[in-house]
Amino acid sequence: MAVTRRSGRRRPGWRSVLQRWLRALPAGNPAVCPVAGRHGPESQPMTGWTGLLSRGATRVAGLLGGVLATGHAEAVDLPEDRADLMYHSFIGGGVVANGPAVLVRKSLKDTVSLFASYYVDSVSNASIDVVTTASPYTETRDETTVGLDYVYHDSLISLVGSTSREPDYIANAASLDVAQDYFGGMTTISLGYSKGWDTVEKHGDPSFSQPANHWQYRLGATQILTPRWLASLNFEVVDDEGYLQSPYRVARVLGAAVPEVDPSTRNSRAATLRVTGSVGERGAVHVQYRYFWDTWDIRANNEEVGYGQYIGSRWLLDGFVRHYSQTQANFYSNDFSSPQTYMSRNRQLSDFHDVALGGDVTYSIVRVPARYEIKFTAAYEWMRFNYDNFTNIQTGQLYWFNANVMELYVTALF
Amino acid sequence: MKPRRVVSLFLMGSAFLLGGCSVEPWVKPYERERLADPIMQANRDPLASKHKEHVYDVREGARGADGVQGGGCGCN
Repeated sequence: MAVTRRSGRRRPGWRSVLQRWLRALPAGNPAVCPVAGRHGPESQPMTGWTGLLSRGATRVAGLLGGVLATGHAEAVDLPEDRADLMYHSFIGGGVVANGPAVLVRKSLKDTVSLFASYYVDSVSNASIDVVTTASPYTETRDETTVGLDYVYHDSLISLVGSTSREPDYIANAASLDVAQDYFGGMTTISLGYSKGWDTVEKHGDPSFSQPANHWQYRLGATQILTPRWLASLNFEVVDDEGYLQSPYRVARVLGAAVPEVDPSTRNSRAATLRVTGSVGERGAVHVQYRYFWDTWDIRANNEEVGYGQYIGSRWLLDGFVRHYSQTQANFYSNDFSSPQTYMSRNRQLSDFHDVALGGDVTYSIVRVPARYEIKFTAAYEWMRFNYDNFTNIQTGQLYWFNANVMELYVTALF
Repeated sequence: MKPRRVVSLFLMGSAFLLGGCSVEPWVKPYERERLADPIMQANRDPLASKHKEHVYDVREGARGADGVQGGGCGCN
């Protein structure tokens, strides 16, 4: 089971500000039509809006901003109403995980938007860890998320709660994000906080129950650079405390299996820089880099480059290349030479790298300008994981595997 | 971090933000149509983004600063 946790939702700050401004422009201004979004003319195959600019960019610093904002700060609007139905699949390394997911978002009046999502993971696990130390298994994880976005003066305040349940792991989390724009809408700053409460259980041992708590602190900024380029910088702290290991996984000491023992605390930091630019008449390119470090001595670098292009009035194609590499935790070993206080053979904490090639195709099925749009998207990603200090104990060779990741979904924007 | 340092950082940040209130936007609103296009978004569709980040998070040691909402998982 995993102790990782993510948080934070995308926010619509830039889009909202732009929409406001553009609505205020005189009718007939040629700048208006192209940004009419999905409800625009057929010649502008805009798809959905769910928060214009990148990731943390649109999560603006409301709490801080609320105190510091002056008349130049721009108000924010609510996220767009939408419904999504998706089938997702991961196949690789002996693991098959798939299932449906659904999301519905609807605004109430002009100041409140509610959303709810339900996500199912049906996992059949015969991974290298499982087949060499235990028996393959299947289980299902259900995750329910509800959220509220509230516009108050110049701030967008978002509250989200989620609960995830599987037979031996329960995770509950709540988050608060606040957002605001500055400098005439050129800069967006965001602040966010999340808290997670997990309960780790164990098959075959009803008396086993251990807590794991998580705290996350987010700070982000997005800057419009030119009419075609923008950049965002996001920083996030994640602190964990409690039972952070797996009750099933084992380490090895001189080839003998021993219970895994991880430290009960972990503090990590991550910073992501992303630059996005409009290319040509109907294309966009993005470059992203993330650096990660934590108190377990893991250092990770993560790079991504992608390109998107509209084709005709109904098609949108995207492609990307992603690379990730990390150093191993200071208590990781493929095979310890002597017992240690902390010992892990979790390959997620080992020295490894992975690469991914992906792309997606979106087709706009129906679009009624200013009313609604229905579109279909097929996304595929190929991944390759190469482990530098984790061997298949059956062969003695360094372990690697390929994975195929897929999402098929229908989106209705209304 | 010492309280004095925190206060200093807060005051510096406040001064920066307040000072910036007088900054004249060098990209006018009517010049931002390309930036408003969904193709410029990092994560256009929340469910698909969530699945992608979930795939990464349960197999990679790094986490955070990804901007995608998530919950607990048990996919190792």
